[in-house]
Amino acid sequence: MSTLVELISAISLLLGALFCCVGGIGLIRMPDFYTRMHAASITETLGVGLILFGLLLLAGWTLVAVKLLMVGALVFFVSPTASHALARAAMTCRLKPVLADAGETTSKP
Amino acid sequence: MLAFATLALLVTVALALVRAALGPTVFDRLQAANTVGTCAMLLLAVLGFLAGRPEFLDLALVYGLLNAIGVFAVLKFLRQGDLGEASKDAANLRERA
Amino acid sequence: MARQFSFLLSLIAFWLLLSGMFTPFLIAAGIGSAIVIVLLSRRMDLADHEGHPVHLAWVAVLSYWPWLFKEIIKSAWDVTRRVLHPALPISPVLVEFRPTQTTDVGLVIHANSITLTPGTISVEVGPDRFLVHALTREAGAGLAGSEMDRRCTALEGN
Repeated sequence: MSTLVELISAISLLLGALFCCVGGIGLIRMPDFYTRMHAASITETLGVGLILFGLLLLAGWTLVAVKLLMVGALVFFVSPTASHALARAAMTCRLKPVLADAGETTSKP
Repeated sequence: MLAFATLALLVTVALALVRAALGPTVFDRLQAANTVGTCAMLLLAVLGFLAGRPEFLDLALVYGLLNAIGVFAVLKFLRQGDLGEASKDAANLRERA
Repeated sequence: MARQFSFLLSLIAFWLLLSGMFTPFLIAAGIGSAIVIVLLSRRMDLADHEGHPVHLAWVAVLSYWPWLFKEIIKSAWDVTRRVLHPALPISPVLVEFRPTQTTDVGLVIHANSITLTPGTISVEVGPDRFLVHALTREAGAGLAGSEMDRRCTALEGN
């Protein structure tokens, strides 16, 4: 039983670490600011989530687990707000995004 | 596996630092700084487990908070050129009341 | 008043969980600081329906979270594939649409969920207009009148 939990935790840590790296790679590869934000949001959701989940399994039913959940909840609520603030500030500073079909916003009523 | 996670997080921090150095606009640099902050928080948590001292998690919590507040502070400074003066805040409050 | 009382209780619980030491002095200090914070937040007008939403439809909230996690995993996997693909197959678009939520909390939950899902970021948020940057055309096309929109409206519970 405990080896199974350890195995799941190891897999989840491994995947989380890999997703963090993917976010970093995306940050380098993407062509403009807005697309880079999408790459960074992988690090902030799956990377953080899986690594914290792996640590949670290692911690077991203790106060440490509660603190891990608090860290998770903090990231879960605050990081989208920070991302939105960044994107909005960039848009108000008239930083033009690179779009697939040059210009035109596709609007739907 | 904890050691591998540490290594991967350090690689991510390095990649984000490259973006912060290259980044053509200030927003790219801010995004990179945000990613570095997130990774630093995770790194603290993982290192705490690696060293067998989970008290590091308190530091991780504070780091996560500071990370977000830092981004908001820089953005506010960018938008308004200052971080809000006491007199202006007082005037705003009086308006609302 | 009930809202402030539940805010006080959650602050005390937060203190106890963070400290993990249950000596009388520390518990008293925790209760004291929680009361001070509630008084301060009263003065700053923070513990209103927005800062401490006790009025949401909690059954819908409980079913919303697992669904959101599933969506996050699906779209994160999609974005990961595109980032690692040698040809970088992205087609960024800006999408504008009108959300169906009416309350502030519902709009915020919807906007945050959009941003939290990799591949879409809410850029501008208002009661009658969301401007969303999407990494691909497909991700952008599914935003207006989506299941997320419907579920967030159900969360408002009135």
